[in-house]
Amino acid sequence: MTSNAATMNGAMGGASLWSRLMSGQAGPVTVVLIALFVIWYVGAVFMNAPTQIDRYNRAGETWTTTRLIEDTLAQERPILPAPHQVAQEMYKTIFATSITSKRSLVYHTWVTLSSTLLGFVIGTALGILLAVGIVHVVTLEKSLMPWVISSQTIPILAIAPMIVVVLGAIGLKGLVPKAIISTYLCFFPVTISMVKGLRSPQVIQLDLMRTYNASKWQTFWSLRLPSAMPYLFASLKVAIAISLVGAIVGELPTGAQAGLGARLLAGSYYGQTIQIWSALLTAAFVAAIMVVMVGWCERRVLARMGVRG
Amino acid sequence: MTLKAVVNNVAQMPASADAVVDIQKLSLTFQTADGPVYALSDVDLTIERGDFVSFIGPSGCGKTTLLRVIADLEKATGGDISINGVSPQEARENRAYGYVFQAPALLPWRSIERNVTLPLEIMEIPREERIKRGHEALKLVELNGFEKKFPWQLSGGMQQRASIARALSFDADLLLMDEPFGALDEIVRDHLNEQLLKLWARTNKTVAFVTHSIPEAVYLSTKIVVMSPRPGRIIDVIKTDFPKDRGLDIRETPEFLEVAHRVREGLRAGHSYDE
Repeated sequence: MTSNAATMNGAMGGASLWSRLMSGQAGPVTVVLIALFVIWYVGAVFMNAPTQIDRYNRAGETWTTTRLIEDTLAQERPILPAPHQVAQEMYKTIFATSITSKRSLVYHTWVTLSSTLLGFVIGTALGILLAVGIVHVVTLEKSLMPWVISSQTIPILAIAPMIVVVLGAIGLKGLVPKAIISTYLCFFPVTISMVKGLRSPQVIQLDLMRTYNASKWQTFWSLRLPSAMPYLFASLKVAIAISLVGAIVGELPTGAQAGLGARLLAGSYYGQTIQIWSALLTAAFVAAIMVVMVGWCERRVLARMGVRG
Repeated sequence: MTLKAVVNNVAQMPASADAVVDIQKLSLTFQTADGPVYALSDVDLTIERGDFVSFIGPSGCGKTTLLRVIADLEKATGGDISINGVSPQEARENRAYGYVFQAPALLPWRSIERNVTLPLEIMEIPREERIKRGHEALKLVELNGFEKKFPWQLSGGMQQRASIARALSFDADLLLMDEPFGALDEIVRDHLNEQLLKLWARTNKTVAFVTHSIPEAVYLSTKIVVMSPRPGRIIDVIKTDFPKDRGLDIRETPEFLEVAHRVREGLRAGHSYDE
């Protein structure tokens, strides 16, 4: 009886430890991360095993499972590189290479990031401007909205080379064409959210402004714009991430000169899968950091606006 | 018979020079997909300077609509209406009235002080003056000390008081209140009614007050306008002469109960035909 109770207590103690671990953010994130690494390693072994076995057979070597696993995780051009290979490559190209070198991932990241940020700024401004127009002018809503929506039905991969070629013909190269592709992608969520946000004030609040005989402009600054802030930030998180996608896509048709997109393309030309994965992961990190930074701005702004919690 | 006599008396009273609101044969018809809705029909009413007029009636009787017509938030489709001798639109453009809605409608991202001074900001009054007037308005509703709080940090009753302070901040002579205490509990409501009366006695403002509570209407008003629905119209106007500094205890007096009875009779008469 007593021992039973003790085991039960022990089990419950274990459960509470588990739930305590899982209640924060670190616990669940770690679990997911570990699971991802396990899947990744297992995947790498299985994906790379056939070529490795082929190699053994051609060389007439005998092999054991342990050796196979070791070799599949250390190939020079694996189909799926192992996490530690990618980590080594990233360390080498980010920290161990001068950032002015064309082999430095920091250099390439900066090339992509600069056009991402430029495109994001222009896209956000354009998105807000369009939304303001659409909310205030009925004709603009009818004439612009269909174009805004249909603009996003064209695959960016199809239109990106056109933009690069056309702008190249008039002498615009490098940063600007890529930024324009980013702009093209990221104004859309901003416009859609801001239209909704600028229309979010309640009727009673709009009536209130009317009783003060407030002008459209005053109503915009005092009521519509502050009401739209939560909507704006939600869309900015999407916009900054796809702005990066736009910049990378914009680098593909330029013949792989510089940028994360160039690294991806060069990697695929020469079968450098490790390089591709390094560029991919770097892009993902950059996107994550930018989204976190937008979230941080959001919290700052909303806190200043007195939003609870 | 007596009800009718009162109605006629009021309707035939000439619009005095002191009329803040003068309404004659006013009607408002909403065109909806299901055909016209007669929100107001043949309304005659004069509100004089210093009056505290309550509009009472069942929902759908047009009492809020009438207030909104006075405020130029709706346009009448027939008849005449003037506020301080001009059209409602001009009156609104002159910022002739402060409007208190059913809900506080405070802007959540502004502190109480910045909410109260919002109309002054829109009227482009300098910052120092705004703050001074904001303080005075908050003092009138006994909310001084809450300037830097945000709306969510205040109770429902305090939020509604802040919205009254906002309507008072630019010192319009006419205060339009649309069921301002409808969502509050009885005790808070009693307290706010008392405060509102004091405020009215002190500031000499003209108040038009929509309610569906008989005791509230009788307690607050110098003139009670009883309305009935479909079409929205005035069926009785009752003048009371309780002292300006009355306390809540007058609600137990025979005079009070008599007026309340008459209001109830009026409401019942207005209701009988559609049930």
